[in-house]
Amino acid sequence: MLRWMLGCRVVEYYRQIFGEARLMAQALDANNNMKATRKDTGLRLMSRPFAKVGRLVIFGVNHLGAAAIFLFLALSQIFRRKQFAKIIEQIYFIGARSISIIILVSLFTGMVLGLQAHHALVQFGAEGAVGSLVSLSLIMELGPVLTAIMITARAGSAIAAEIGILRISEQIDALSTMRINPMRYLISPRIAAAIVSFPILTAVFDLVGIFGGYVSAVLLVGLNSGAYWHSIQVYVTSGDIFDGFVKAVVFAVIVATVCCYQGYFAHMRRDSHGAQSVGLATTSAVVLSCVLILVSDYVVTSLLI
Amino acid sequence: MDAPLIEFRNVTKRFGSNTVLDRVNLQIYEGQVTTIIGLSGSGKSVMLKHIIGLLQPDEGEILFRGRPIAKIGRARKAVLFSQISYMFQGNALFDSMSVYDNIALPLRETTRLSKSEIDRRVMARIEQTELTEAVWRFPSELSGGMQKRVALARALITDPKIVLFDEPTTGQDPVRKNAILSMIAQYQRKLNFTAVLVSHEIPDVYFISNRILALYDRQIVFQGTPEELENFDHPFMDEVINSLEALQKELTGLYSQRQFKMLNHARMKRQSAEVYGVIVFSLQEMNTLIPKIGHDAAQEALRNLGLAINRHFGIIGGMSTRRNTNEFITMLPHADLAETESLLREFVKDFETQTLDVLKDRTCRVAAGDAADLAVLAGIAEGRNFSDVNETIVQAKMKQHEIARLRCAASGENR
Repeated sequence: MLRWMLGCRVVEYYRQIFGEARLMAQALDANNNMKATRKDTGLRLMSRPFAKVGRLVIFGVNHLGAAAIFLFLALSQIFRRKQFAKIIEQIYFIGARSISIIILVSLFTGMVLGLQAHHALVQFGAEGAVGSLVSLSLIMELGPVLTAIMITARAGSAIAAEIGILRISEQIDALSTMRINPMRYLISPRIAAAIVSFPILTAVFDLVGIFGGYVSAVLLVGLNSGAYWHSIQVYVTSGDIFDGFVKAVVFAVIVATVCCYQGYFAHMRRDSHGAQSVGLATTSAVVLSCVLILVSDYVVTSLLI
Repeated sequence: MDAPLIEFRNVTKRFGSNTVLDRVNLQIYEGQVTTIIGLSGSGKSVMLKHIIGLLQPDEGEILFRGRPIAKIGRARKAVLFSQISYMFQGNALFDSMSVYDNIALPLRETTRLSKSEIDRRVMARIEQTELTEAVWRFPSELSGGMQKRVALARALITDPKIVLFDEPTTGQDPVRKNAILSMIAQYQRKLNFTAVLVSHEIPDVYFISNRILALYDRQIVFQGTPEELENFDHPFMDEVINSLEALQKELTGLYSQRQFKMLNHARMKRQSAEVYGVIVFSLQEMNTLIPKIGHDAAQEALRNLGLAINRHFGIIGGMSTRRNTNEFITMLPHADLAETESLLREFVKDFETQTLDVLKDRTCRVAAGDAADLAVLAGIAEGRNFSDVNETIVQAKMKQHEIARLRCAASGENR
C-alpha cells in the first residue's frame, strides 16, 4: 500500500541505485567534480571561498538526500518476513542493555534538578513548584535529549562500527551475493528497534529522574513530600508527555539513520581507508547524531509549542 | 562448441581515471571449470564482480545465455543471481556468527525450508568439508585453511548452478592449496556446476580447469584449454606464466609440464637418437581414499610422493613433473628399460625406508573402525624419439603395478 502510494517506479529506482551504493558515490563525485581544474585567474581566486561554501552546501544536501532515501528504504523493509526476531534482538541491544546507564544518568540528573530548583525557588517562597519544574524539565526536554545522547554514545557508536566493519570486510557484499538484502537484514531491524526503544527508555529516564528529584528535594533538603507530588499531578499534562515521546521518536530515527548510514558507507569515505575509515565513521556518527539531536530538538520544540 | 553461458562483449570498466578492463571479450561455458589467470591487480576480481552483479560495466554488455543481463527484468534477474554463488578472496565470513550459522544463513534468509531440513543440509556440507570439529567455533578461531573451507561450504549450500571462486587458495600452504583445488574439482564433478576461478596457482590449477582465460594489460589475450596455453606465444607467457612456474619449481622442486616438455625437447634435439626411460607414478584410488583420510591428508601424501620422486631422481639427472592431480612423470635421459627398472627398484627401497614413515605420521588419520590403503603404483617404458613421448607415457601407464602400500587403521596399528 505504501509502495503504491509513493509510486512503485520511484521505489524501484531508489532501490536499484542503492543496491550498488551508487547514491553516495554520486553525491561525493558531484562534489569532487566541482573542484575546477582550470588555471586560476584573479577572479577565480576571489571566488574560491564562495565556491568552497557552495561545495559544502551541495555536499550536505547530497548526503541529506542520500540519507533520506536510505531511511526510506530501511523503513520499507521493516515489515518483511523474518524481521521480528532481528528487531527483538536489536531492541535487546539498543534498549534493554542501555537501561542501567539510563537509570544512573537520569537519577543524578533528577537529583541535581531537584537541588537546583529548590535552591532557586525557596528564595521566592515558591518551593511548592519544585516537583513541576523537575518533572516538566525532564519530560519535555532533558529526558528525550539525554536519553538520545546516552544511547548514541553506547549503542549508536557500536552500530556504526559494526556496520562499518561488515562493509570493509566485504560481509555486506557477501550478503548481496547471497540474495540477502543488506538493508533488510542489517539496517531495518536497527531503525525499528530504535523507534521502539527510545520512547521506552525516555519514559524510564523521566520516571527515575522524577524520583531523583524527590530524593534530593524531599529526602535530603526537606521539602514536603505531598507538595512535590501534588505539583507534578497538577502541572504535568498528557500533552507534555506526548510531546516528549514525539521528540524521542524523532531522535530515534535520526540517531539510528545517521549511525547506520555512516557505517554502511564507511568504505566510500575520501578522508581515510580500511580500519581508519571505520574509526572516523564511528566518530562522525556520534558527533553528527549529537549535533542533530540538539538541532532537531529546537525544531521539534518550536513546532510543538 | 555450445553457446556460452556467460559472455562479456567489449566490457570496459573504469574507476575514476584508471581503466581496469578495456573492451574485454570472453566466453564461459556451462558445466566447465574456467580459470582466469593474470598478474595481481590486473582486474580479475573486478571481472568476477561483474558476473555476480556487484559491479556494472561502464561500456559493453554481459550476456547470460545470449541475453544481456542489463535488459533482463528484475524478477528474472533475481532468479538468475540466485543460481550464482561467490566465494570471496578474503572469505567474507560473518565473524560474529559460528561456522554453523555462517553456512546456514543463506538457507535461513532466502528459503522457507524447515529448521530440521536446514540442519540436515548444513551438517552434510560440514561433514563433506571436514569441518565437524569446528561447527560451533567462530571464524576468528579457525585457521586460514578452515576459513576457506567454511567459505566453500557456504558458497555450495544453496546448490548453485554457477560458482565464482575469487582466489580460493590465496595464503594457503602448497598442501592446502591442492586440497582446496581438489575439493573444488570434486564438488564440480559431483554437483555439476559451472565454476569460474581466479587463481595464481600455476600449474596446479591447470589440472582441474577445462578452460583458461588470460587477462593481460586490461584485456583477455588468451582463451582456450591448458594444453593450448602451452603453445601460446605472447609476452604474457614470459611475464606471468614463466615467473609463476619458476616460483612453483622453487617451492616443490617439480617442473611444470611446459618446462618439462621444453627441457626434454631441447635435450633430445641435441641427442636425436638417444634412448630415454619414463616412469609414471600415481596413488591408487584417490576418489575412494579422500572420503576416508580427507583432502588435506590425500594432498599431503601426493606432495610427499612428489618430493620423494624429485629428491631421488633429481640428483641423478632425472626430470619430474606432475601431470595431473594424481600422476607424476619422471623422465630419465640415456636410460634404457633395464636401467630404468633398476633405478625404480632403488627408488622403491628409498621410498620404503624414508617416505613411508613420514606418510604414516602425516596421512594415516581414519575414522574409528575404518581403514584405508595408500598404494603407490609405478609403470616404466622406454622411448627413443621425443616426439613420441606421450605414447611412451601411455605405455608406462599401462604397465603400472603396485610398488608400495601403506595400510592405515583407526587403532593406530598401521603397517
